[in-house]
Amino acid sequence: MNGIPLLPQSASTFAPPTDALYFTLVAVSGVIAFLVFALIVIFSVRYRRGSPAPRGALPPFIQHEFEIGWTIATLFAFLMFFWWAGANQIYQLLPPSNAMEIHVVAKQWMWKIQHSNGVREINVLHAPVDEPIRLDMTSQDVIHSFAVPAFRIKQDILPGRYVESWFRATKSGSFRLYCTQFCGTAHSSMVGSVVIMSKPDFAAWLAGQRAAGDLAGQGRTLFASLGCAGCHTPGGPIHAPDLAGLFGRKVPLADGTFRLVDDAYIRDCILHPHSNPPAGFDPIMPSFKGEVDDGQILALTAYIRSLAPRTGAR
Amino acid sequence: MTDAAAPIDHAEPRSRSVIAGSYLDSEGGGLSEWLLTTDHKRIALLYAVMITAFFFIGGAAATLMRLELVSPAGHFLTDDEYNRVFTLHGIIMVWFFLVPLIPATFGNFFLPLMIGAPDVAFPKLNLMSWYLTLIGGLCVLAALLMGGVDTGWTFYPPYSTAFSNSNVALAVLGVIIAGFGTIATGVNFVATTHTLRAPGMTWFRLPLFVWTVYATSLVMILATPVLAITLMLVAADRLFGLPVFDGFRGGDPLLFQHLFWFYSHPAVYIMILPAMGVVTEIITCFARRRVFGYAMMVYAVLAIAIIGFAVWGHHMFVSGQSVFANLVFSFLSFIVAVPSAIKVFNWTATLYRGQITFEAPMLYALGFVGLFTIGGLTGLFLASVPIDIQVTGTYFVVAHFHYVMVGGAVSAYFAGLHFWWPKITGRLYSEAWARFAAVLMFFGFNFTFFPQFILGYLGMPRRYHTYPAEFQPWNVMSSTGAVVLAAAYALPLFYLVWSCFYGKISPADPWHAKGLEWRTSSPPPKRNFLRTPVVTEEPYDYHDPGAAPQAEARPVDAARLAAVAPRPIGGAHG
Amino acid sequence: MAEAALASRTPNALREPWSQLSRQREAATLGMWLFLMSEMLFFGALFMAFSFSRALDPAAFAEAARHAEIAYGAANTAVLVTSSLTITIAVRAADAARGKLAARLLAATATLGVAFLVIKGFEYRDDLRHHLFPGHDFALGRNATQIFWAFYWAMTGVHAIHLTVGVVLVLRLFWLVRRGRMSLASPQLEVTSLYWHLVDAFWIVLFPTLYVAARG
Repeated sequence: MNGIPLLPQSASTFAPPTDALYFTLVAVSGVIAFLVFALIVIFSVRYRRGSPAPRGALPPFIQHEFEIGWTIATLFAFLMFFWWAGANQIYQLLPPSNAMEIHVVAKQWMWKIQHSNGVREINVLHAPVDEPIRLDMTSQDVIHSFAVPAFRIKQDILPGRYVESWFRATKSGSFRLYCTQFCGTAHSSMVGSVVIMSKPDFAAWLAGQRAAGDLAGQGRTLFASLGCAGCHTPGGPIHAPDLAGLFGRKVPLADGTFRLVDDAYIRDCILHPHSNPPAGFDPIMPSFKGEVDDGQILALTAYIRSLAPRTGAR
Repeated sequence: MTDAAAPIDHAEPRSRSVIAGSYLDSEGGGLSEWLLTTDHKRIALLYAVMITAFFFIGGAAATLMRLELVSPAGHFLTDDEYNRVFTLHGIIMVWFFLVPLIPATFGNFFLPLMIGAPDVAFPKLNLMSWYLTLIGGLCVLAALLMGGVDTGWTFYPPYSTAFSNSNVALAVLGVIIAGFGTIATGVNFVATTHTLRAPGMTWFRLPLFVWTVYATSLVMILATPVLAITLMLVAADRLFGLPVFDGFRGGDPLLFQHLFWFYSHPAVYIMILPAMGVVTEIITCFARRRVFGYAMMVYAVLAIAIIGFAVWGHHMFVSGQSVFANLVFSFLSFIVAVPSAIKVFNWTATLYRGQITFEAPMLYALGFVGLFTIGGLTGLFLASVPIDIQVTGTYFVVAHFHYVMVGGAVSAYFAGLHFWWPKITGRLYSEAWARFAAVLMFFGFNFTFFPQFILGYLGMPRRYHTYPAEFQPWNVMSSTGAVVLAAAYALPLFYLVWSCFYGKISPADPWHAKGLEWRTSSPPPKRNFLRTPVVTEEPYDYHDPGAAPQAEARPVDAARLAAVAPRPIGGAHG
Repeated sequence: MAEAALASRTPNALREPWSQLSRQREAATLGMWLFLMSEMLFFGALFMAFSFSRALDPAAFAEAARHAEIAYGAANTAVLVTSSLTITIAVRAADAARGKLAARLLAATATLGVAFLVIKGFEYRDDLRHHLFPGHDFALGRNATQIFWAFYWAMTGVHAIHLTVGVVLVLRLFWLVRRGRMSLASPQLEVTSLYWHLVDAFWIVLFPTLYVAARG
């Protein structure tokens, strides 16, 4: 791309409405600024000291009606912009339910991406065009921020928590990904790219990756190798919660409250098993903090999610 | 129209020493009579010297940054060096330059004069404020000399608490100490305004500069303590391992952001409100008009101060806070822009049917109106969540706040500096050089910061010292503008200092201005007024209500004419 | 008689830039109230942060709070409330030109303040013995219990620093009044008592917050 860039590429469904708002604001701001500048210049010339222009009392119309008038006009204009911006914001809020999920783990100073079938990437995120993509993100250390200007998206990524963003790309190509929350020494180098491909190309790319099985499959392997199966097998010697069909249900906790079993709760149980223990079980689960990284937690979660409820009682 | 106070000096300038008998006159105490002074005017000068020094330190950091950003690959500084430089730039410029910029200098010097008081309510506390700011600044400089801080002026945890290998605790300690100085100044000014107004000086006769300093002082009192405790918690985490903001130990890094911005947004109103006050004093004087809509101007100032406490979340639209919070803060951010817009319209309307002249203070003031308008309008972009998502954390935000803080507050500071220079020093500065500097600053400023709006929407992140090659042309334009801007800032240093020794001596009221500060000699005597003034006129009484101003010559015109060539003064001029 | 002699020796309380003592007192009181407003924001932010953190994990906070020794807290509350009483009477005594009584009561106030700090010191020692300081050897397991204790140390620590400043100010007043170096009409007495009451008021909120309510 030659020449001096003026505007970012428009590569997602968010870009046109955001740009429409932006350029309207530019135009309106330009008009207001021009008005103010022009009036200042005109008054400066016309009413310079000693000029022949007539002065005299200000008509009261100007004193009162104008003031009220321009105050209300300004308030109205600003409220219109708030309404427009707010409506856009809400539209951008919820990802479609059929969105394809991609996990992002940000760490100093790289992006670790994991697709749901287990394919991992570093600093590059491949995704298909025209498909809603939901990004499930967490940080391993400090606050980062996932920003793709061509898509008009940005989301701060916090440690110890999952945050979400989504987009639907409208163009193939490679688009820059920046970290936009200062994160330490190599913050300026935490730059990657989002590569959007046509759906057939993406499928081909995915198949070509050396994926070690799908994510849930990886999780099953870990479930055995880390020893989870030792307690969490129904009918076993240790009385531990049965995980089949657990994901997505509300369970009673020891403190009397109820909690939805979601990604965050599973992660909590693995890392801080005594923080929100379930009711009716002894607090004997060991913590796996330091033994599993975030990628492995994602795999275990995917495995647990895949466990269908057993038939029969329960 | 004039009130029964000290005689106005329209006559020829005094031939004897300018400072004899004034607050500048030596009392035989040497340096300690300055370092232990309780005279608000001397304290104002102590502050002026301090913030000028800090301005040059922060400016040196900015120079390094713009130099580094000339090339996309960033050869000149390493990652860590650049991070420390931009952090220093932010900390110094925010807390040790912009926050005290107008309140501690012109506020200190002119608040008592404008209300007809002999000093502030608590003169010793005033001196303590200066020392607290100085000690805080020295802590920050110590942190710099010991290797610097690399967290950014915003100190976000967990980076600042658990990951940074720099002198975070010392730097935040410096900011906390300076914060106590700010609170003390705020308390002093509010108490002064309430209890030391001269007879007849009712609230609605106060000059708008006093109103803005008053509102600013309330913000200082209420916002700064929140910063102090927040930074103390950061220091406690660094020094004692107290994990309040640690996400991995049950704390919440977002809690820090809420607390930090609860202060830091009102802080920007601390910076801009007094600037608006200065500009009102100047536009009315050089247009020879009463300010348009005095009451609305007062309400606008109070509205900005109050609503300004409710908008902090607009710094956190992408932080992970709730959608509901985003909507509420977006709404309030649009609302807070309305009173500022009213002020811009009122300044413009004040020019209507005036008798306008264009001395340097007026040029800076008009420049302020232009740059503040642009900066304020770009605030609307940032108040819109979808646009903010695109531009937060990028150069768009950097451009926005430099337009309002530097194009705004700093322009207003220079405007006030020139306007009040004769009053403070008793000397006239070189009008030709000053006008040149004002115009140079306006163009240099736009050249430096306007390209950054474009870079921001393109996506160039802030706090980056390397960037994609295609962004280079805009960066080079910005860095070039910065050279011009630096020259425009350096110029006044020369001609203003020169004027102290060789400038023409000023009469007491060179601009024929209203306001009690002009009703005493230039420079003022130690006790400000020979007799306590009694106020009978409205503010900005440049013409009868319902009439228009007449073109009139000013004493300074005569003095200037005399300076140019030896011709007879007198005859109709203007 | 001794009182009158004392009064005649003390210097004028009037200070620059005031011409009337009554105006000076008004301004001093206003100034102190403004400062107290800033202190309310200071502690208020701390309380807000505490409440927010507690809402994130009330069970952990409850467990952590049960280790706070309520006996120490209660004793300290009694001490501090009494000291507010003594300083109030001291100011009244000064207004009634009873300098000796005022001086004694100021001394009592300072003593009670020091007593508070001593009791707090013993409490801190106990807390440290029980490894209740966040860090690698923290006694309680759950994560957010560390957050409770972080706030405990931060809030009581900040309060103790404020109280120490108060003790120094009261001791200074005691010394000046005793030596007759300060006029009993000086605004400093009332203004210092306002500060003292604020520090007391913060403790009155702090005590139930940390020792009672958080227990769940």
